[in-house]
Order: sequence, then C-alpha cells, then structure tokens
Amino acid sequence: MKRNTPEIIFFILLIFTACGSRNPQNNAQPPAASAQTYIENKGSDTLVNLALAWAEKYQNDHPEVQISVTGGGSGTGFAALINGSIDVANASRGIKPEEIEEAKKNGFEPVEIIVANDAIAVIVNPENPISELTLEQVSRIYKGELTNWKELGGEDRPIVRLSRETNSGTHVYFLETVIRLGSSEDKAIFSADTLLLPSSEGIIAEVSDNPNAIGYDGLGYVTKEVKMIALAGTAGDTYILPSAETVISKQYPISRHLFMYTRGQPEGVEKEYIDWILSPEAQAIVTELGFVPVIPVEKP
Amino acid sequence: MNKKFQENLISNSIRVAGSASIIFILLIFFFLLREGLPTLVEVSPKDLLNTRWYPIEGLFGILPLLSGSLIVTVFSILIALPLGVGTAIYLGEIAPQRVNEILKPTIEILAGIPSVVLGFIGILVLSPFMRETFNLPTGLTAFTGAFLLALISIPTIVSIAEDALYAVPKTYRDAAYALGASQWQVIWGVVVPAARTGILTAVMLGVGRSLGETMAVMMVTGNAPTMFTGLNSFISPIRTMTATIASEMGEVASGSTHYHVLFFIGILLFIFSLIINVTSAKSLKKLSNKGRAQVVS
Repeated sequence: MKRNTPEIIFFILLIFTACGSRNPQNNAQPPAASAQTYIENKGSDTLVNLALAWAEKYQNDHPEVQISVTGGGSGTGFAALINGSIDVANASRGIKPEEIEEAKKNGFEPVEIIVANDAIAVIVNPENPISELTLEQVSRIYKGELTNWKELGGEDRPIVRLSRETNSGTHVYFLETVIRLGSSEDKAIFSADTLLLPSSEGIIAEVSDNPNAIGYDGLGYVTKEVKMIALAGTAGDTYILPSAETVISKQYPISRHLFMYTRGQPEGVEKEYIDWILSPEAQAIVTELGFVPVIPVEKP
Repeated sequence: MNKKFQENLISNSIRVAGSASIIFILLIFFFLLREGLPTLVEVSPKDLLNTRWYPIEGLFGILPLLSGSLIVTVFSILIALPLGVGTAIYLGEIAPQRVNEILKPTIEILAGIPSVVLGFIGILVLSPFMRETFNLPTGLTAFTGAFLLALISIPTIVSIAEDALYAVPKTYRDAAYALGASQWQVIWGVVVPAARTGILTAVMLGVGRSLGETMAVMMVTGNAPTMFTGLNSFISPIRTMTATIASEMGEVASGSTHYHVLFFIGILLFIFSLIINVTSAKSLKKLSNKGRAQVVS
C-alpha cells in the first residue's frame, strides 16, 4: 500500500490532465497556421482577473495569439519583466526609479500604459454597525492607535486589521495614500499585528466571516458578503461610497490607475493587443468586472 | 577484462550515486552562504535582532520570525506526539488485522493530501471554528497553524514509530507475557522503551517537517510579524520564517539587501534542521544503549 499510494495519485492526476485538453478550436486549426504567437503576461493580483478576461476574449477572436496570464503581485511582475521572462507586466502601482534603472541595465526602457482605474474599498463585516470613516480614522486604525470598534462608536469588539502582503501594489498604495495620508515625510507604517494575507480572496473570506475585521481591497474584488465603508477625506467632507461614478468624478478619495508595462514600445501582436485593450469593447469588460474604465482625461 | 570493466563501472556509478546527496547538500549550503552572508555586512547585528520586520522600509528584525516558527513548531509537536505515537501503538500492538488493513492506508492518504488543500480547509473551516469556540479576535492564529502542521506530521510520526515498534523482537513480548504481565504492561514497560530510539527519530522527523512546512502555515497563521509575549501568543497571529521567504522571494530585486536577508533566514532554517538532526542522532545513541541495558537486565 505504501508503494501504491503515490502511484494512484499520479494516475488520478494523469486522468485530470487528460480531461483538460486544448480547446477544440485550436485542434481545428489547419497546420499551416502554426505561426502561433505567445504573449506572457504577469504581475498585479488586482489586475489578474481583468487581464484573464481580456486574454480569453482576445484569444477567441484571434486564435493565432496565445496569452498566458499569471498573478503574483506588481513587484513580481516588474521583476519578471526586467529579467526577460515575460512580455507584458501588470501593475497596480507605478514603476519605481530603481526598477527603471535595472531595466535599462538589461537593455530596454519600460513603457507604461494606463489600462483601467481602480478604487480601493475599505471593507468590514456586514454585522459591523460602522459604515462611515474618515481617512484619518482609517489611518489611525492601521497604525494601531485605535484598537477597539467602541472608540469609533461601534460595538465593544477588538479591531483585527487585514492587509495584503508587502509585495502587493495595493499594500504600497494604501501605505502611502491612507496610512501616511499622502505625506512623503510621514514614516508611519502598519501596526505589527496587522495580518498580512497572501491574496485578495483571503481578505474577502476573513472579512465576510469575522465581525472584528477591517480590510481593504480593489473595488473589483469586493463581493456582497462584505460591507464597503463610505470614506471622507477629512471630517467635514461628505462620506462617499466607492463606485465607477465616484471614481470618475474624483469624489472618492482613494482611487488609482492600473497599468501594463512593456519592454520598449510595443510592436506587432503586442501592440495590437494593447490597442484592443484600450478599445471600447475591452473597456466594457472593465466595467463588467467592477473596475473603472479609462476615459479621456478631462482636466477641469 | 570485460568483466572487470563492468565491475568497475557498476561500483563507480554506485559510488557516484552515494556521494551525490552529499555533493548536493554542499552545493546548496555554499549557494545559501554566498547569497545570505552579505546580510551581516549590509545589516548591523543590532538591526537584525530588532523586533520589527517590515522589509519595504528597511526594517529587517528577524526576531519575530524566529519566535513565530518556534511557537508553531513546538505546539504542533505537542499535538502530534501523543496522537502519532498513540496511533502507532494501536496499529502495531492492539488493533486486529482487519482494522489495521483499513486504518493504515487511511493514514497514508492523509500523508498524500497536499498542504495547500489542508490550508484551504484551515481557512474555511478551522479558523472560523476557532474564533467562535474560543471567542478570539481572529481565527488566523498560531494554534490554527500548529493544528494543521500536526495533521501533516502525524503520518510521518506514525509510520516511523510503527516500524520501530515492529522491530522490537517477539521474544521480548513473549518473555514479558511469560512473567505474567498484562498487555498494557507489556506495551508500556517493554515494547515502547525498547523502541524509544525509533520513536524519537519519528518525533525529530516530525519537528523537521513542521519547521519546514510553508504553504499551510502561510494560509492560516495570519502572517503578522509579532513577538512572543507569553501564552497568548499561542492564540495570536504570527509569521514564520518559511512563510516570509515564500511570500517575499518573488518580489525582491536580486542582489538587494532584502534578497540577502531572505537567504540569511534560509541559512538559519538550514542550521536549525542540522541541529535537530545532530542532537537527535546523539540522544538516539545514548538512549539506545540505555534502552537495551534496561530490557536485558
């Protein structure tokens, strides 16, 4: 039996692998069309679902192009772009000067394309009576200065802070924009007992289950099982819930761009793909998944 | 001539196979040293022994990570030891053949469950259960991790401890029964002491398994780099060394201080498992002499 177990597992896996064969569409391809082009796409976990939806739609319309999409975090995507293992990096933060330096050392200049916009929603359990907070209150919660919901007018419950891991672009954005309230001199960081969860889904799962928890996540990830908090920049402002409208009108205080980066100016198939992403057809998918489409920037 | 050549070929290839693992370990160790030792130049010992781990701001205090790994490993063994050894004794000494035939393969299936699956169950079932039952702020705690680690290390402990019990000569048991001992007296007074060396090896392998396990722990312990502050650390979120390496390795720029520190943590893990192996080998030697003397006298 001892010998057999791994073999049984192996065979089960083999059967599963066999079931997951290629699209019939690909098999139907005439052998002449073997000029398959691959685009390797990796990075931000915030963007991964959107990038997958784009890739799926695009591959349906252009069977000669194969796009593989993986997550891992914005930093992971940049590292892979720099060392040449991927063609397009997804990012929820802008590229850092150090990363541009390294890319130049490897002989290319990364090109930035804004592909969508995203709001960061601060979320709590639906049982939690709190529904409005100022940015400063959120900052004090995450710095560890407020430790009980009672101090904010809620129930007598400890506050459990949830965050993404430090390799997440969302983590860095939240640190700079919310915890430090956008001040570059502020050196405040997350309280040490902040739970660092490896995925967006992990945060949603814990918040929807735990009435003590507070978390933050990209608007596209927020499900009905958690409650979004209306935020105000300062105590006098009106409290605004995140949505496509409030992000476009810039009323909601914490929203950001989502990017794709390429190795130098995109060419050929890559360029066609990225042009398509910026088309109305692809931007409709952005809205479908709860993100905010890129619109022509109207300066007031 | 031809025969001699064959003989040489075979014995040489066996020799290569035998020394391969040593060569691999040496290569791994040199690689770890090369990538990890620059830490000692780049980060002062005072900063390294700090209590705050927040690498993106240059805070490289590894104490919370050491504390986290220690807490989880110790508690997982406290859970797995009685369960694992108890199961081994039941399987080897008490259970009738038919029960044995069902139980053993079941335990081996437990060993085959990928740790990521256990972690998933941990998040969805164990963690909410923990929070509600013990009224904790969150169910993602050191204990939740320790419990999953116990599940992971139990099959190892059971199978090695059972082998150890099996290796006790039948004559020992016969002699004890002949003296009028009950079944419990035979098990506890003769078989278990005679198999002590093997049981200790089993536990040590379990410790190694717990210390090195990554995925399940990363999913359920909350990964908050907090320090050991007493018994309540047991029910608080913690962050282990392995989870830190796994979640941060993908992000670091190779050659940066953060990268070197992660490899330095790898060196520490390597040294710990070395210490575990060496001490267990030593105490095994001592115990095996003592155990034999006891049974013989």
